[in-house]
Amino acid sequence: MNLFRTALLLAKKDLYSELKTKQILVTQIIFAGLVIVVFSFAFDPANNTTKAVIPGVIWVIIVFAGILGLNRSFISEQRNDTMQGLLAAPMEAASIYFGKFLANFSMILVVELVSIPFLFLLFDFKFFGSLPYFILVIFLGSFGFIAIGTFLAALAANSKSSEMLLPLLLFPITTPILIGVVQATKIILTNMEKLPSAIAWIQLVSAYDVIFFVVCFLLIDYVLEV
Amino acid sequence: MSINLEREKAVLPGSGLTETRGENLSKVLFGASAISMLVSLYFIFIFAAEESTMRAAQKIFYFHVSSAWLAFLTFFVTFVFSILFLIKRKRIFDTYAYVSAEIGVVFTIIVLTTGPIWARSAWNTWWVWEPRLITTLILFFIYVAYIMIRQMDGVWDKKARLAAVFGIIGFADVPIVFFAIRWWQTKFHPIVFGEGPSQKGGGIEDTMLVALLVTITAFTILYSYLLHKGVSFENMKIKVDQYKEKLRETLDK
Repeated sequence: MNLFRTALLLAKKDLYSELKTKQILVTQIIFAGLVIVVFSFAFDPANNTTKAVIPGVIWVIIVFAGILGLNRSFISEQRNDTMQGLLAAPMEAASIYFGKFLANFSMILVVELVSIPFLFLLFDFKFFGSLPYFILVIFLGSFGFIAIGTFLAALAANSKSSEMLLPLLLFPITTPILIGVVQATKIILTNMEKLPSAIAWIQLVSAYDVIFFVVCFLLIDYVLEV
Repeated sequence: MSINLEREKAVLPGSGLTETRGENLSKVLFGASAISMLVSLYFIFIFAAEESTMRAAQKIFYFHVSSAWLAFLTFFVTFVFSILFLIKRKRIFDTYAYVSAEIGVVFTIIVLTTGPIWARSAWNTWWVWEPRLITTLILFFIYVAYIMIRQMDGVWDKKARLAAVFGIIGFADVPIVFFAIRWWQTKFHPIVFGEGPSQKGGGIEDTMLVALLVTITAFTILYSYLLHKGVSFENMKIKVDQYKEKLRETLDK
């Protein structure tokens, strides 16, 4: 239980400092808004076919806004020279990872909570699908993306150019999640009759989440080694 | 993260590196790969029957499939040596993993270039978004990222550790990528061996199968030669670095 307590403590510390500075969250939300604006230029919102790209746009927003937050999560520790403090503290590397994961995950959930309704509003998208399933897909997809993202952020933080390295590491690894959630979101938003197929995608994404969460827990000791 | 407690390049330790013992092995492997390559050329162009619809264009199939096999084999080798490195922490395992990944990237590029050339004549298009193609492309990106981790600055054991972690994750990811994309869309790529559930594979003629197996063997021998050579190059590089460091130390005094 010690692992969870220290992880929660660490997440609380991260969120508290975020609450004071509001650096990352504000940037993420404004960035998400800008992505929506760029998409309105790329795909005409007045056109009916645009509705077909909405599920993809949701995930592009999450991925890009998520990358911004993930980049900061370990870099900020390094910049303040607190990483050694964390490593020297009487807790396992796994709880550092878990704490960082919780902080990143709650931040991306806030970003989603703001930006997805905003997207639906601006693109005049009428929500027909099932809301619980939609929330489930968003939750599972963000969970997997942030879980592997936090891990790779810890890995990339060793490099001087970690901001450039992280997307290169993260995007190929997360392709199964992105394919799965985009397909599931598309079915849930536009074509509820094919729900069984969406559930199959949700199962794939959940399996990925579980596998990689466990693998990250096992391997984080090697990444956060002094 | 990790503090650079030690110097980036270590001075040559007293014992030195293991002396190059594989001089003969290298020659044997070189000869074997040269001969087997010639033999496989014979099998491909003379022995194997010509495909009825694609004619000579189909000959690229042997190189394409063999390179694809090597691409997956090399990354499997990287995966195995990454695990070994994390357990044993010996530099030689790391060198093997790195060299194997480098060779793998080269063969993945060969697959990704021969593929479109063949596809142009067989399917009349350069590229289709199809499970095996996308998986190979993603595999390529994963291992380019692996090589980029190796290009990071810092002490070698940190880089080796991080690259090993990424090598494991990357390899674990590939089958999932394949299944995800296969679910996403299934078209093209005939199932050649055995009878597929959806497309009844056209099957393969006996002479073609023999030629394919010969080519795959030749490529595998070539791979072992390249791996051996690459590892001895890496070892030389390490040794030169250590000598340089030693020289610098004496100059500093």
